Amino acid sequence: MTVIAQHAAEEAVPVASTAPPSATGDAVLAASGAEQVLCFAAGLDYAGRRRLALADLAEAWRLRRLVRALAWLDIKARYRGSVLGPFWLTLSTAVMVFALGILYSTLFRMDLHTYLPFLGLSLVLWNLLQSLVTDGCIGFTVEEATIRSLRMPFSLYAARIVLRNLIVFGHNIAVVVVVFAIFGIWPGVSLLAAVPALALWLVDAFALTLTLGAICARFRDIPPIVASVMQIAFFVSPIIWKPELMRDQAGWLPLNPFYALFEIVRGPLLGNGVSALLWAAALAYSALLLVISWRLFVRVRGRLAFWV
Amino acid sequence: MASVLAESVSVDFPLYHGNARSLKKTALAVAGRRLGQDAQHRVVVRALREVSFALRPGDRLGLIGSNGAGKTTLLRTLAGIYEPVGGRVVIEGSMNVLLDPNLGMNPDLTGRENIMLRAQYNGLDSARIRRLEVDVQEFAELGDFLDLPLRIYSSGMVVRLGFALATAIRPQVLLMDEWFLAGDANFLDKASARLEQMVREAEILVLSSHQHATLATWCTRLLWLEQGRIRDDGPPEEVLERYLGRPLDVPEATAGRECA
Repeated sequence: MTVIAQHAAEEAVPVASTAPPSATGDAVLAASGAEQVLCFAAGLDYAGRRRLALADLAEAWRLRRLVRALAWLDIKARYRGSVLGPFWLTLSTAVMVFALGILYSTLFRMDLHTYLPFLGLSLVLWNLLQSLVTDGCIGFTVEEATIRSLRMPFSLYAARIVLRNLIVFGHNIAVVVVVFAIFGIWPGVSLLAAVPALALWLVDAFALTLTLGAICARFRDIPPIVASVMQIAFFVSPIIWKPELMRDQAGWLPLNPFYALFEIVRGPLLGNGVSALLWAAALAYSALLLVISWRLFVRVRGRLAFWV
Repeated sequence: MASVLAESVSVDFPLYHGNARSLKKTALAVAGRRLGQDAQHRVVVRALREVSFALRPGDRLGLIGSNGAGKTTLLRTLAGIYEPVGGRVVIEGSMNVLLDPNLGMNPDLTGRENIMLRAQYNGLDSARIRRLEVDVQEFAELGDFLDLPLRIYSSGMVVRLGFALATAIRPQVLLMDEWFLAGDANFLDKASARLEQMVREAEILVLSSHQHATLATWCTRLLWLEQGRIRDDGPPEEVLERYLGRPLDVPEATAGRECA
């Protein structure tokens, strides 16, 4: 060992003397983070795995500019060459909202004035959830090539999906704004009450994406199951029908996690307010999701590269 | 100071997505000791078995062995992409991993966008991102193609872009797979100077290759991998002679092997 090391020090690379100096030699860049130490050991206990999972999150945070660039480039690549770009989403959401709004307000004999703002908001939120779930399910598997050629924090892939969908959500919100303007609805200060609710959505979205990505990478049967669960959830949750239609059965609604999470956003914006019970339910479901997600991530993070 | 340490590193590949049952029966019978079962009785491919070595600044380690001997898996394990199921890997210093020509580049994005992403991955600030862009643009000679999606590049153009990008960022620890030494002859002439400079500047090199001449000139130590285990370890000439089963300085035979 020592012999080899000495040998190496004397003539580091034999080709050195014969190589002509590179034309672009001075433009090269030293990689940053020179002091970094990477250590991967087998047979870690829970604390050791948790440390690596935390390091994964910290590194994704450090690379947040990359996350932002990736999310924007995803949108750009998807709509490259298209005239309306991401506003196609806005347009299709608008068509959907008005078509369904007029149809269902007739079917359910509801006042368009209260129904359309409700439906618009619900559908835009549902689109966000739906595309987070769809993207989350293939979150790691579609990035197989990158995962196998670069060491990147796994939470970065999830953060990118969340941010990308948030950008799409930002485009879709325009539909809600227009609907609210048409019907002269102005939530006023209660708009602020929707902020913590959306923050909770953001945290949940990250946890959900990470969890689905990991589970779907390991078990390839999960994505179709998730898709059908989402379809059922869409109809059994008060998304296109108003919760009031449940009449005296409405007390059971908080048992539906989708209802609690939708209502904490919809309530303040539609001027109905939110009960403490619903917030408690939403927080409880989110806490459960976070605990499951974190424990799973700590456990499987090191195996993900083998699963994709 | 950079260092690389592998302590009895073992890596298993779980076989989840095949038909585990029939795969188990046939593969166990055929492949013998390469396949095994882990603690939970899952069928695994034993890609690396108790590989140990330590590298210090100035060390140039070459990996040699037949296809499937575990060379690329070892590089990926050193890069922190695969985490070992046994032993440990410790890397000190900045690291660059050149495994495949695509470098995880996104084919839907333009060359310039891919350069920007790579720069942000390496934590460069905007001034250095611009320098990197100019450098890569000059070297890869892509001209206006830099603003078009990679999808429409010829494969040679993708390799040039990947190469220019990968060699523009100089790490302390360089892990390199042999694809990097492939390419059309014209480009190779130009590329070799740049590659040699990067190799020279790196404190530690780990290179996997089938090209004996490259290994003999660039490496100071050779690891011969066979079925995931270290078969031989020592100075390049000695290991190569044992690997080839003949002395290195037989010119005709060497030339014949090189071309094949």
